[in-house]
Amino acid sequence: MLTVENLTVKFPSRFGDITAIEDVSLCIQPGEIHGLVGESGAGKSTVGAAIIGLLQTPGYIAEGDLKLGDTDLRALDPGEAHALRGKRISMIFQDPQTSLNPLMTVEDQLIETIQAHENIGTTAARTRAIDLLEEIGITGAAERIKSYPHQFSGGMRQRVVIALALCTNPELIIADEPTTALDVAVQSQVLDLIRTLADTRKIGFILITHDIGVIAQISDSVTVMRRGCVVETGKTAQVLGAPQESYTIGLMDAVPPLDRKLRRFRVPEETHDSDGSVSRAEQWLLQGQQQSEIGLTIDALQVQFPGVRTSLFRRPEPFTALHSVSFEVKPGSILGLVGESGSGKSTLAKAITGLVPPSGGEMKLGGDPLPTGKARGRRHPSRQLIQMVFQDPYSSLNSRHRIGDILSEPLWLYDLVQDKDERRALAADMLDLVGMAPDAIDKYPHQFSGGQRQRIAVARALLARPRFLICDEPTSALDVSIQAEILNLLKDLQEKFGLTILFISHNLAVVRQMADDMVVLRHGRIEEFGPSEVLFETPQASYTQKLLELTPVMPKEWNSA
Amino acid sequence: MKEFLKRSEGVWLFIHSPAAILAALVALLTFIGAAFAPWIASVNPYDLGSFSLFDGLLPPVWQEGANPKFLLGTDDQGRDMVSSILYGARLSLIIGLSAMVIATVLGVGLGLAAGYYGGRFDAVVMRIADIQLALPAILTALLIDGIARGVLPADMQQDLRIAVLTLAIALSLWVNFARTARASTFVQMQKEYVQAAIIMGQRPIRVMFVHILPNILGPLLVIMTVDLASAILLEATLSFLGIGLPADSPSLGTLIRIGMQFMLSGEWWILWIPTLFLVALVVSINILGDFLRDVFNPRLR
Amino acid sequence: MVYFIFKRLAQSVFVMLAVAFLAFSLFRFVGDPVSQMTGVETSVEDQERLREDLGLNDPFVLQFARFTGNLLQGDFGFSYRTRQPVAEMIVTRIPATLELGIVALLISLFVGIPTGVYTALRPRGFVTQTILMTTLIGVSIPTFVIGIMLIFLFGVQLGWLPTFGRGGTVQLGGWESSLFTVDGWRALILPALTLGVYQLTLTMRLVRAEMMEVMRSDYIRFATARGVPMGRLYFRHALANTLVPVITIVGLQFGGVIAFSIVTESVFQWPGMGLLFLESIRFVDIPVMGVYLVVIAFFFVLVNLIVDLLYVAIDPRLRIKDVS
Repeated sequence: MLTVENLTVKFPSRFGDITAIEDVSLCIQPGEIHGLVGESGAGKSTVGAAIIGLLQTPGYIAEGDLKLGDTDLRALDPGEAHALRGKRISMIFQDPQTSLNPLMTVEDQLIETIQAHENIGTTAARTRAIDLLEEIGITGAAERIKSYPHQFSGGMRQRVVIALALCTNPELIIADEPTTALDVAVQSQVLDLIRTLADTRKIGFILITHDIGVIAQISDSVTVMRRGCVVETGKTAQVLGAPQESYTIGLMDAVPPLDRKLRRFRVPEETHDSDGSVSRAEQWLLQGQQQSEIGLTIDALQVQFPGVRTSLFRRPEPFTALHSVSFEVKPGSILGLVGESGSGKSTLAKAITGLVPPSGGEMKLGGDPLPTGKARGRRHPSRQLIQMVFQDPYSSLNSRHRIGDILSEPLWLYDLVQDKDERRALAADMLDLVGMAPDAIDKYPHQFSGGQRQRIAVARALLARPRFLICDEPTSALDVSIQAEILNLLKDLQEKFGLTILFISHNLAVVRQMADDMVVLRHGRIEEFGPSEVLFETPQASYTQKLLELTPVMPKEWNSA
Repeated sequence: MKEFLKRSEGVWLFIHSPAAILAALVALLTFIGAAFAPWIASVNPYDLGSFSLFDGLLPPVWQEGANPKFLLGTDDQGRDMVSSILYGARLSLIIGLSAMVIATVLGVGLGLAAGYYGGRFDAVVMRIADIQLALPAILTALLIDGIARGVLPADMQQDLRIAVLTLAIALSLWVNFARTARASTFVQMQKEYVQAAIIMGQRPIRVMFVHILPNILGPLLVIMTVDLASAILLEATLSFLGIGLPADSPSLGTLIRIGMQFMLSGEWWILWIPTLFLVALVVSINILGDFLRDVFNPRLR
Repeated sequence: MVYFIFKRLAQSVFVMLAVAFLAFSLFRFVGDPVSQMTGVETSVEDQERLREDLGLNDPFVLQFARFTGNLLQGDFGFSYRTRQPVAEMIVTRIPATLELGIVALLISLFVGIPTGVYTALRPRGFVTQTILMTTLIGVSIPTFVIGIMLIFLFGVQLGWLPTFGRGGTVQLGGWESSLFTVDGWRALILPALTLGVYQLTLTMRLVRAEMMEVMRSDYIRFATARGVPMGRLYFRHALANTLVPVITIVGLQFGGVIAFSIVTESVFQWPGMGLLFLESIRFVDIPVMGVYLVVIAFFFVLVNLIVDLLYVAIDPRLRIKDVS
């Protein structure tokens, strides 16, 4: 139905044309879900944009054929191309929060789309819209259709988006990361819906995603892309189950399995190991280890935020982010904290670091009470003992400071090293320890990739000589292969220096690889707490069971590791 | 790499923008001319002895009856127009720049602190800003000027003229900076590098000025440029209304006010040459402001 | 929603109180009211009596409360210069300024919004670049220079339009309007253009910036991807979403329009409040200055309250609670 042959897209720039994708060929049959997978910069979204004719200016198609049935997509004039959009090809975007016009009712948006492509009365269009909403699982559609987008929850909103893409009966839908912004349970529903639509309505889907689990679960065929080129293409089971190319093999190795714990990930280019001699930074860290491994006890911790005032007469209900949460991080262990968005994971991290004052409960760090909120002074010893690695390596380093300055900051702040040159030398050694070239010290953060920045962030945390590390989604902004490297690094450091780690993640498979113990958090309450292997093998809480069940996984035999 | 490209992209865009180059040239020449006016100008327009009524109302050199000594002609008092404009630009720029600097320091300081501390402090600053907004720039400036007239004794009024005018203009511009700095600080406060600094236990002053400030400089720089233009316009307007600087120390606005008397007579140059000069200066600064905005916000290109 | 409006109302009252306080401080501390009101020949005893009559010996808070109370009742005191009631002086001047300001604002909106939309949708065309350059020069020419240029061209050189005053006016209740005579309109054109040009450039640039921002949003991309007709896309989707920030600025601009009318009125000898204010500054006529301040702030606050109500009308998120 859709054939793409030798597609090349270029973006003119002042350095000459930059080739975004090169020589890409695809073929999609009616009712087929074709996965397009690759890491950031692979050009997968560009392929989708080129097919629907919405390349960001000034990008253009330099070469190749695009055919939908008998229609040559490249031969259309702008008017024809616009008429074809929606009518024959439609698109679903990543974030349902931003894909709908906030000022128009769902009804208006549906009817306008239907009428744009068909000469049909408003009443008939409304009837069809309501039927469609019912079909894709919005109950009471006749009423709800009159609502504005903000009155729907995230998952429902993505259904509305799908309805909008579907209401004109297109032959092909391009779905660009349609479930990335959704929680596991909602993701599974949306994926099921896509599968059903492909099967019953014979719509072809191009499913663009970075999540190999999603591809494995629902796609019929898959194309693996890297740096704008196709690496491998074919039936999903064949490509992912028995990959031929070394890139695909490496990619599959880096995907954390949900069903077992690996000691380490196999990564293609293992970070350079020093020649066995103990580096200066390592020695310095070991020296600082006078204090033995410390644990963290959290007892009945409660966090409330003042509600948003909406009424003149009623006091706003405070929003409780954490309800009396208690658990313990054992000295020298890694505790995995899992939960979906809004479960209170990050609030917990903020309460521990003192950014958010709890309204009740207490915390103990290594037996000493840990003052909360403002009560914790700037010079309290825990400021040094607890360090944090953040989620987004693009925002966790100050882009206006040099790496050397960023790394020296903890050294002078905690008065660990007085001499300026010594601080610099130690910072350079620490870069080496986390697998970076020491000449990085004079550069700025923007000169590094996400993975490298995350290494720098780890180095900054280590330079405080911490005993307790909070890692808040440290790899969720990274590609899988980089994720594998960072997870390996964290494991190594934890073993070497006896760190205690609180590892926060929404990704169950990642947590399984890292954690000794595990806490499952939901709506600010603990669902389950225990040794992680026990939890994964025999989950007690129904919520944990559901989470494990709905997480997309690959068939066991595919993962060669 | 991204940041590096952006920076060098600024240079690249500049080289490829004739408007920006021309504007920078005009602004630079004016600044130099204004700074060195006492050395460049042939006469001192404040010194009554340095010019003579006999040279009065001479046209620019390209018109008949001109004296080549006076490139752009003379006014009714016999002052050389070139000298008057240089000295006028000097005053306008001194007032404009100092007002802009005062407004920047005040506004950015308050805006940063409001964004950093939030809560009550923020509410107080923003309410003050609300009041200031209800009294637009020109009104504030006029008001302060009026108050100064009422409060200061007559002899001090003359001496403090420039200071009062500068303060009046600065007070009417600070809200811009405060609101921008506050909004940008709010954005930065959500960034993890700021949270990291706070968690580590760094002092608020350091977090604000060493960590946040360098990251919000872009939009502030744009406002500084645009507000320099506003300050110069405001000074000219006040002087035009006869409330700014008196005729014996003429700024560009005062020159235009004086020139108004000659609008209907044949001596067009006394009105239109200072006007043209003022407009060229402000247009140049605004072009530079626009250029900076494009560099920092490529989406508007 | 009710709470949102209440909050804005409370903020407005606060701003008004603050401005009233400013006006009161002006009156009380800038110069001595008594010596201003009396001549040199008035005896010290008479002055003291007047001071007592005016309540100037009462506690500060009481004086301010009385001042505010008088303001609310429309008692604005007497001018130092003309000895007339200030209320009368201001009220007769309000129509001239308001008509000028509103016509200028309408010019800025009716020209500014379409050009803003056009330049946002065709960011690279020759017409756009020309418009952008013209507006850049527009913001760089001081209002009074624009006025002078218009007078010079249309008044002096071409002789088409009058260059000062309001022309023919009609009395409508207490409202002296120049909108109902040809003469009045002819007199209004130049001042309104002068005042409108600066606001027009601001409106255009703002609409352009917001429109370009919205055109990049996901919902516009999604609407494009499902083939919503271009006209609907631009106006129903994009322009509607730019309205919220645009009306905010228009509200703020209204203050600017009234303030800049001071300059315009001075250039065109337009008998409005601005001209009165300028005269009162020259003569340090504090009561008039103070009341002008209060009146300006009142208009500003009022317009911005209307803007808040418009928000509620435009944006369903403010009207209807969401799921959470």
